[in-house]
Amino acid sequence: MSLTNERIKQRLQEKFGEAVSGFEEQYGMLSFEVPNEMNLKTLQFLYDDEELKFRFLTDLCAVNYPEQEGRELAVVYHLHNLTDNTRIRFKIFTDIKKPDVFTAVKLFSSANWMERETYDFFGVNFVGHPNLKRILNVDEMDYFPLRKEYPLEERTRTDKDDAMFGRGGTMN
Amino acid sequence: MSRPVRFNIYQKEADAKTAVSMTEAPEGYTGDGFFTTKLSDVVGLARKNSIWPLPFATSCCGIEFMATMGSHYDLARFGSERVGFSPRQCDLLMVMGTIAKKMAPVLRQVYLQMAEPRWVLSMGACASSGGIFDTYSVLQGIDQIIPVDIYIPGCPPRPEAVLDGFMRIQELVGQESIRRRNSEQYKGLLESYGIQ
Ligand code: SF4
Repeated sequence: MSLTNERIKQRLQEKFGEAVSGFEEQYGMLSFEVPNEMNLKTLQFLYDDEELKFRFLTDLCAVNYPEQEGRELAVVYHLHNLTDNTRIRFKIFTDIKKPDVFTAVKLFSSANWMERETYDFFGVNFVGHPNLKRILNVDEMDYFPLRKEYPLEERTRTDKDDAMFGRGGTMN
Repeated sequence: MSRPVRFNIYQKEADAKTAVSMTEAPEGYTGDGFFTTKLSDVVGLARKNSIWPLPFATSCCGIEFMATMGSHYDLARFGSERVGFSPRQCDLLMVMGTIAKKMAPVLRQVYLQMAEPRWVLSMGACASSGGIFDTYSVLQGIDQIIPVDIYIPGCPPRPEAVLDGFMRIQELVGQESIRRRNSEQYKGLLESYGIQ
């Protein structure tokens, strides 16, 4: 592999300096963190750079970390360099009370549905998205089901004995 | 050498008398060249032996239904050779599989398009109660949106269970009074689902 993780890290640091942080390598894949408002700049740089050439957006999703105050929602970008077959991923963090993130639709058209999905499940507000509405869940849903403050179970059911399902209830 | 496989080891000679199965004639009064009985019974007899099912198969239970339709179990033996895919022609809605909440309006629409008299069979834990999918995206039982006549338990139910459920539907169909669909009780049932 011609493009090593060290090289990617070096190029990023040359360009953005201290702004990129949290470098880690899991199972050989580099991941790092950038500030919320720098997501597009980073994507653009990774796309344009003649050496890095991360021109394929594999996936875009979110994670909810309820214990991290002020940075509860992480949006994760998975990128692929098809020439060198190298993958990276980077995260931005945002406040759950005001989850505004710039949309990547202008850069990658495929981000359109992925961002809608992320909005659908986590309520991340992609600023500038052309059509930000629910994509998988029913339109009438009034919450974001994958945020951890909401239970996974269907709440309209009354016939299930919670104790039988290992939640609530007591042993005696 | 390959293992000799032989089915039907107790072979029977073909006999036209036993090969053709006939239904019992309904109770009635027989005389010389005539037979009187209740209209309900005759209509029920005809209906129950010519049910046209509409399979609404959304997941794994649908696979089990395919086995039921196949030659080994052969639902056609019960007068249901014709599986219809237009709700307007069918009598029995067979709901098999997980119904997501997004699918619920579609299922309801299919039910509404069926002509009376119509029956509904809910196959498997998912269709009957949500099954293992106790989650925000799955409808917890189709009886929340449409009335159901027979539930088949299991995950998935074996074809034998499906046949059993089907025969129970036949029983219901055969015994149903032809006036039932006009009764106040039935109208009340539909009203409770907000239909009509
Ligand atoms: S009841 Fe079981 S087999 Fe049937 S659809 Fe549900 S999960 Fe699948």
